[in-house]
Amino acid sequence: MLCSFVTMAQDSTANKKVEMATGMRSNGKIYVVVAVLVIILSGLVFYVARLDRKIGKMEKELK
Amino acid sequence: MLRKNWWKILSVACLLYAFTAGFLGGVPVKPILNETIRNLYFHVAMWFCMMIYFIVSVVYSVKYLRKNNLADDIYALEYAKTGILFGMLGLITGSVWAKYTWGAFWSNDPKQLGAAIALLIYFAYLVLRNSITDFDKQARISAVYNIFAFAMLFPTIWIIPRIMESLHPGGMGNPAFNTKDIDARMRVIFWFGAIPGWALLGTWITTLRIRLKFLEEKKLSNV
Repeated sequence: MLCSFVTMAQDSTANKKVEMATGMRSNGKIYVVVAVLVIILSGLVFYVARLDRKIGKMEKELK
Repeated sequence: MLRKNWWKILSVACLLYAFTAGFLGGVPVKPILNETIRNLYFHVAMWFCMMIYFIVSVVYSVKYLRKNNLADDIYALEYAKTGILFGMLGLITGSVWAKYTWGAFWSNDPKQLGAAIALLIYFAYLVLRNSITDFDKQARISAVYNIFAFAMLFPTIWIIPRIMESLHPGGMGNPAFNTKDIDARMRVIFWFGAIPGWALLGTWITTLRIRLKFLEEKKLSNV
């Protein structure tokens, strides 16, 4: 009866393949992800830079 | 220093590096995490930067208490606000990450709860400030509260979640994201791209708000 409890000596997840985005990399779509994020980042940076310039102008006027 | 451009350009360069290498670079292959391990450069960076801003904020609060210079109080407030912003982004991005790795946006996990409590304590800092009209009193009382709020970060985020059983990396005494989880490639992008990039960007935004506040004060005193 004790032998009916079988324990796995190896963790079963170690044998399973871990899915990664290799598909996106092979068909080039990963670059779309990067492009989108770079566009968003550029938009935010341009907005902050514009604010910086506006404030700089105001500081010059008030001097 | 606030008007110099070099560190702002550096921030953008570091962030562009983090965004591109973050997705195109190689990462360790881990079950459950899959590609989301790349969130190291975003979610983890948010919390790291929050700590930086809260440290800067409390330093300025202590400076104010020592010299009673209201400029220090303005710096302390604005850095605390940016810290709160990054903390909220960290909490939200963490919830989204959790949805796909732990199965739910919110699991009442000790780290999630601790982080939420820490942020609530900082929200109370903002409420406290607005409740006091005399600006000297406001500065002094909120500076003292800021020190308390900063001190509370440690039990709520760093100590208790690490002792308890937690879904979040770092529970039960294990250090979060240790050498076995992330590799040297990720470390380079994290320390040379994500952290300087995000930290300098948040500093840029904070210094803009500080400059605006000083302009408003000047306008009020000129009238």
